[in-house]
Amino acid sequence: MTTIDRTVGPAVTSGTFPPDVIARIHQMADSGQYPIRGLGARRRLPTFDDLVFLTASASRYPLEGYRERCETRTVLGARHGAEPIELEIPITIAGMSFGALSASAKEALGRAATAVGTSTTTGDGGMTPEERAASEQLVYQVLPSRYGFDPADLRQADAVEIVIGQGAKPGGGGMLLGQKVNDRVAAMRTLPPGIDQRSASRHPDWVGPDDLRIKIEELREATEWKVPIYVKIGATRVDHDVKLAVAAGADVVVVDGMQGGTAATQDVFIEHAGIPTLPAVRLAAEALADIGMEREVQLVVSGGIRSGADVAKALALGADAVSIGVAALVALGCNRSHVKVGDSVLDVTEDYTTLHTRPGQCANCHTGRCPVGITTQDVDLERRLDADRGAEEVANYLRAITMELTALARACGKSDVHHLEPEDLAALTVEAAAMAKVPLAGTDWIPG
Amino acid sequence: MDLLSCDCLSVREVNAALRSLPPGSTARVVQPRGRHNLAVGLADPVSVTIEGNAGYFIGGLCGTSGGEGPDIVVDGFVGWSVGENLMGGSVRVRGSASQSAGSSARGGTIAIEGDASLRAGISLKGGTVAIAGDAGAMTGFMAQAGTILIGGDAGHGLGDSLYEAVIYVGGSIASLGADAREEELTDDDVLAVKGLVARTGFDHIDPNRVRRVGSARGLYHFSTHNHGDY
Repeated sequence: MTTIDRTVGPAVTSGTFPPDVIARIHQMADSGQYPIRGLGARRRLPTFDDLVFLTASASRYPLEGYRERCETRTVLGARHGAEPIELEIPITIAGMSFGALSASAKEALGRAATAVGTSTTTGDGGMTPEERAASEQLVYQVLPSRYGFDPADLRQADAVEIVIGQGAKPGGGGMLLGQKVNDRVAAMRTLPPGIDQRSASRHPDWVGPDDLRIKIEELREATEWKVPIYVKIGATRVDHDVKLAVAAGADVVVVDGMQGGTAATQDVFIEHAGIPTLPAVRLAAEALADIGMEREVQLVVSGGIRSGADVAKALALGADAVSIGVAALVALGCNRSHVKVGDSVLDVTEDYTTLHTRPGQCANCHTGRCPVGITTQDVDLERRLDADRGAEEVANYLRAITMELTALARACGKSDVHHLEPEDLAALTVEAAAMAKVPLAGTDWIPG
Repeated sequence: MDLLSCDCLSVREVNAALRSLPPGSTARVVQPRGRHNLAVGLADPVSVTIEGNAGYFIGGLCGTSGGEGPDIVVDGFVGWSVGENLMGGSVRVRGSASQSAGSSARGGTIAIEGDASLRAGISLKGGTVAIAGDAGAMTGFMAQAGTILIGGDAGHGLGDSLYEAVIYVGGSIASLGADAREEELTDDDVLAVKGLVARTGFDHIDPNRVRRVGSARGLYHFSTHNHGDY
């Protein structure tokens, strides 16, 4: 007969040490390594989902859906007389590197952007000929690493983006693990193949906002003042950073919230650095208004944008455009269980299992073993991504969320998506009300 | 020869004039008075002399991936990041240079007749940075490829986090940075330094007596066991 020890209570899940935390500690103890992964923050954060639109009723009249025109055209970067970026939709493709992504993925994103009249962006590792050819409007990033940076590519860019920080890892620099550094990637980055490549966290040739002003002037000189200069920041001290970027001469400020994705960084950065996109967009818009630059300098917001509703809410809070990264990759096939190769359909679930994950939950971009051929440099895996089909699917997705955006704008009585405003919104939570600075639904209360 | 005065022309006008020069031309930029961004973004093989002290990014973003580019001489001192991201051609500074000289250069030669401040050759990707005098702390930080030649003494943290770039030092080394190590000087090294001395005219440097610093390649893969080096 078994004796029951009455000092032992029932099994209880600890709030401080739940099973996933215990498993993580065990993993660190076993391997001596901390988690590295791709994509953005996974924990619950205040998001645009916590806002709703106050669409038209008796006090306002709506525009007719599927009939009356709602303008989506967006112009970025005319502040200093450069040829501005003119977009058909206020949704751009964010910077993602060749190296992190396969060449086919970069090409597909460029073709999709071109098909819907928007821009795409290079990334760490420079500009590939495929990407330039596929992208009618291409933004060339100036990153701290300067991997593959070439003045000739700079001169063939349509805009230049100085990257100070990234929402997934503000202040953290970047990494590309050795398994993705094949011969072509290594040659573009001037590094030995197979090493764990470190992307610097700060620029090698300037430090601080006063230097940034001179750096921007250098880039204008090298491009004959013909193209807009963007400055991208990871959302931390947004008010100060936006004002400093504008003072340094930025034509466009890009603010990337903590849900913004990455191809590889420490999980501790992704989940614990920066602020969510929801407060970031409001802070950035207010910073521009504070200095009277909200019409001269455009605000692009990124970090966890997934739907037309997210785009509409970002625009209502003051953004001129949004930038998407992870969502574009998902449209391209990221986390799908099956891929189409030629006329056949291939079940790749087993490859997710090998990575200790499953379709719908994978964030193992850093491994280079992407089951759907997007975040890989492996020739066999890359073949699983059909650039033609991928471009079509991303373009479909961009058109669909643009329709969602205009549906909401029309319902708010707007003939231009840029006419959406904070007054069109209410918050469902006290936190969202405080961060977005819109009233809690059913009240006229804005906390803070 | 074109004569461009910074007292009469803006930086934008000076650079536009330099860009319009046919290959093989010569120009003088006078009264620079510490202006930044002079002779930036020149792709063609032209000769430019800046007669006086100049500011940040002099000769930055010049040259082509084929190794061609302008030959720029600054008859004075320069500020930060002279010759940054140089692809080809040369930038010669008759005086001393401030921080980050030759940062991210992928080709060409940056020759400094005086001293260089902190982090010369940071993020170097294939060019040559030659310093006749002393070099400040963290010279060659994260340099990936190319060569750094220091005629005088090197400051603390030399070659910190080096990849495949090589550093030669004629004088003393205050300290080496993480993952940098002093290596045996080979005949090939002596030959390489002889070439650099001939190219720069820094003939006070004895190619047989320089010290070679390269990467120990111990930080090429991230490991928590290296946390003391990070």
